[in-house]
Amino acid sequence: MDTLIFVVIGLVAGPLLGGFIAGLDRRVTAWFQSRQGPPIMQPFYDVAKLLGKEKMVVNQWQILCAWVYMIAAAVSVALFFAQSDLLLIFFVQAIGAVFLVMGAMAAKSPYSQVGAQRELMQILAYEPVLILVCVGFYMVTGSFSIEAIWQQDMPLLARMPLLYLALGYALTIKLRKSPFDFSTSHHGHQELVKGLLTEYSGPYLALIEIAHWYETVLVLGLCSLFWHTNVVWMAVLLIVTYMLEILVDNTMARMTWRWMLKRVWLIGMGLSVVNLIWLYTG
Amino acid sequence: MFGSFIKKSRAKSPWIIHFDCGSCNGCDIEVLACLTPLYDIERFGIINVGNPKHADVLLVTGTVNHRNKKVLKNIYDQMSEPKAVIAIGACGNTGGVFRECYNVVGGIDKVIPVDVYVPGCPAKPEAIIDGVVVGLGKFAQKVEEAK
Repeated sequence: MDTLIFVVIGLVAGPLLGGFIAGLDRRVTAWFQSRQGPPIMQPFYDVAKLLGKEKMVVNQWQILCAWVYMIAAAVSVALFFAQSDLLLIFFVQAIGAVFLVMGAMAAKSPYSQVGAQRELMQILAYEPVLILVCVGFYMVTGSFSIEAIWQQDMPLLARMPLLYLALGYALTIKLRKSPFDFSTSHHGHQELVKGLLTEYSGPYLALIEIAHWYETVLVLGLCSLFWHTNVVWMAVLLIVTYMLEILVDNTMARMTWRWMLKRVWLIGMGLSVVNLIWLYTG
Repeated sequence: MFGSFIKKSRAKSPWIIHFDCGSCNGCDIEVLACLTPLYDIERFGIINVGNPKHADVLLVTGTVNHRNKKVLKNIYDQMSEPKAVIAIGACGNTGGVFRECYNVVGGIDKVIPVDVYVPGCPAKPEAIIDGVVVGLGKFAQKVEEAK
C-alpha cells in the first residue's frame, strides 16, 4: 500500500518538480546573462500551449515513439519512488531513450536524422556511466535495490565520490546542456535547428517535454541517493550540483560528439573504474 | 479548467520564427535586437525558434518576389494552428520603395494572410514587441471565433 502511495506521489510530483526546475534554470541562466528571464511557470505555459496546438505528424511512428518515451520515463520515475531495482529502472529508461531516437529516424528530415545519430552517440556515452554507478551502489550495499541504500548509515558520497563526478557527465548529457547539447539543445535552437526534436511538433513535443522533466527528476533522484542520511544535506548536494550544471552550461561552448566520447569514456569511465577498484579492495 | 489554462498559456508562450523574405537586413537586425539583454523578449515567454513546426508566430521582413513567394507559403503551411503572421517594416507591409520593381510581388499579404503590420524603416524593437503582443490578442480572438 505504501509503495502504491509512493508511486502516485512520484507520477504527480515528477513533472511538477521537473517543470519547476526547468523554470528555475531559465531564470538563473537569464540572471547570468544580465536579463530578467521568463516567469518560473514558463515551462508549464509552454507545454500547455503545445498540448492545445493542432496535431501534425510526418508519420504514425512519431505518435507511438513520443508516447513510449513519455510512458517509459514516467514508469522509471514511478519505479524509483517505489524503491525498486536500479537495473530495472535503468533498462526502462533506456527503452524510452531508444524510442525517442526511433521517432526522429522515422522522419526523412536531415536535421532530425543527424540529430538522431548524435543522440545515439550521447546514449553510447552516458549509459555505461549510469550502469557503472549502479554497480557502485551494488558494491557498497550488496544489492541493486534502492531499499538497501536506505539501510546504510553513512552517506554513499564518502565511498563513491569519483562515481558521483562521473554521474555529473551523465547528468549534463541527459539535461541537454553545453558542452553536450549537440543532438538537440534545451535552448531555442542550434545548428541543426532543433536536431532530434525538429520533426516532433504540437502535443507530441509536449509529451517529450514532460518525459524530459521525468528524466531530469530521475537523474537528480539518482544523485540524491548519494546523501540519503540527511534531507538537508541531500538538498544542498542537489542544489550545488544543479547550480554547477547551469554554470557549466553558460560558460562552455557546444563541442563535437568525438570530444564527448573521448572525455566521457576516458575521464568519466576512468573515474568510475578507479572508484570501483577502490570499493573492491577497500 | 485545463482548457482555460491552455488558452491562457497561448498568450504567455508565443514561439516566433523569423523569415527574411528579401529584406535589406535592417529589420532583421532589429528583430534579433529584441533577443538581447536590453529588450529580453524571453521575459514574455517569447523564444526565437528556427523551426516552423514549433512556431506560433511568423515574423516576416522584406518584400516578396517571384522566387521566394513559394518558400514563404511553404513555411506558413508548415506551421500548425493556431498561428499568427506579423509583417515587419515598410517593405514587408506594402513592398516599400521596391513595390514598383519588376521582380517584386509586393507586401507579405499578397501571398499569406497577415494579422499585424508593424511599420518603420527599419521597425524599432519596441514596435516589433508591441506587434507580437497585438498579434497574440488577435490569434486568441481567432481561436475563440473558430469554436
